Amino acid sequence: MKIAIASGKGGTGKTMVAANLGFTLALSREAALVDCDVEEPNLHLFFPAQALTAPVTTPVPEIDPDRCTLCGECGKFCRFGALSVLKDRVLVFPHLCHSCGGCTLVCPQGAVREVPRTIGRVACSSPIPRLTLVSGVLNEGEVQAPAVIRAAKALSKAHPLTIYDASPGTACPVIETIDGSDACILVTESTPFGLHDLRLAAEVAEKMGIPAGVVINRSDGRDEETLAFCRERGLPVLMTIPFSREIAAVQNRGGLICRDLPGWEERFMALFDGIAGVVA
Amino acid sequence: MIRLAVVSGKGGTGKTMVAAALADISGVPQVLADCDVDAANLELLFEPRRITTEEYLGLEAARIDPAVCRDCGICADHCRFGAIVRRNDAWEVDPLHCEGCAVCTYVCPTGAARMEPRPSGEIYTSATDRGSLAHARLFPGSGNSGLLVTEVKKRAESLADGAGLLLADGPPGIGCPLIATVGGMDAVLIVTEPGVSALHDIERLVTVCRRFGVRIFAAINRFDLAEDIRARIEDYCRREDIVVAGEIPFDPMVIDAVRNGRPVTRGAASPAADALRALRDTLFAELGLS
Repeated sequence: MKIAIASGKGGTGKTMVAANLGFTLALSREAALVDCDVEEPNLHLFFPAQALTAPVTTPVPEIDPDRCTLCGECGKFCRFGALSVLKDRVLVFPHLCHSCGGCTLVCPQGAVREVPRTIGRVACSSPIPRLTLVSGVLNEGEVQAPAVIRAAKALSKAHPLTIYDASPGTACPVIETIDGSDACILVTESTPFGLHDLRLAAEVAEKMGIPAGVVINRSDGRDEETLAFCRERGLPVLMTIPFSREIAAVQNRGGLICRDLPGWEERFMALFDGIAGVVA
Repeated sequence: MIRLAVVSGKGGTGKTMVAAALADISGVPQVLADCDVDAANLELLFEPRRITTEEYLGLEAARIDPAVCRDCGICADHCRFGAIVRRNDAWEVDPLHCEGCAVCTYVCPTGAARMEPRPSGEIYTSATDRGSLAHARLFPGSGNSGLLVTEVKKRAESLADGAGLLLADGPPGIGCPLIATVGGMDAVLIVTEPGVSALHDIERLVTVCRRFGVRIFAAINRFDLAEDIRARIEDYCRREDIVVAGEIPFDPMVIDAVRNGRPVTRGAASPAADALRALRDTLFAELGLS
């Protein structure tokens, strides 16, 4: 089973839920946690361990000046502005390239070949027994987050039970993360911002045909509007985490409430049963 | 005009809360831009009156005309994004995965694959009691949010007549929408919080911002929730020569203000509102805004 954790709004506690769920599951079975928030990956902060890393590369064009006749076909074809054909040479802007391969197809001289370019890395570790952690890390200044997310997900593909921690927002990195998941846990907080963005995240999950459930984090007990929204959309509320300075303190220091505070391991196990029920 | 973006790296540290407060108490003729187009929330605090709405088309997407398609599947073989899928015994483009590269239209032997405009969101300009606001809505699941950010900034510039400040509420992360936001800015204010995640994220964010040559300031939100990590953030800022322009205490009034749809500086006095006023004074003095 593959479970994605998303939110729309940032900072609602996606990583906290992912880390605690992963830890709890690993107490009794094999589980994989995949950090798909490749712009700001944080899961590893909760699981310090030695990691093996591998670069993530994407193919980008390289022009053979001996073959190139400066016909301009590649520049005309590229919709991302990654190739600019000048009077005496072709300029390549690799950070704009989406690696579609179009330029190699359209070049009549066979002057374009693709070479790998490193845009990030994946790190893999086993911080505790039965838990595999895969983190995708986008290099600073790069924009192709989806390629790094794909690489991180590919590393855990064979795993029977995987949790994907998504980035905030509702754009391409989030789509890439939740694509192929069996269920989605949407983490929200009961403020107008949280609800506004939960609406958007629920819309994404619905559009992709992925069943979802909701976790309300930092609740101060005034969750009526969020609960009403969930009822109306048929989204089960799988867990409510109250606001408390004690929980915030554990979290801020890189701790896990399911390990460091009593009662939370059981609640995260119940969250897993709840989301498994959503899939069934 | 000074162009200032409020950013954070990690999400949920309080960017919009701080941006709204600064807009509320700036006292400078200004224009506002909500560059967090995936999840735009600034409008929830300012009751904007919509002036213009434009369609945002983004990059084109492919479509396969089933009447012309001869079912050869060459397009699917060449699509590197897995966007051409088999549905109901026919080839179809899944717009969520189509990046708009047009390779399918090039390889299709019958001309069945074509590129079409792809409505991806809306761009708005609005009036608020604190100046004009340029904002947008990216349809959930659409790509190219960086391009949309650039459009929002262009609208803000066009509304900036006589303004001394362009204040942008930025997106989380360090990827394409963030890079689109920071380009062309004079300064960024990084809103962070005392947690291991935010501390980790600020370093990556600063690395990206440095490449744009912008001045970098920081504000530590909810600083009193973990005093030791706050000290580590302050140390980091000192080493990096980043001015900590303000520190905002944890204050339940902040959530109340958001619930009531107003900036925290508007309404009863509170510790957070006082801290935000001090932040405004320090930051604006640094930026030469009076």
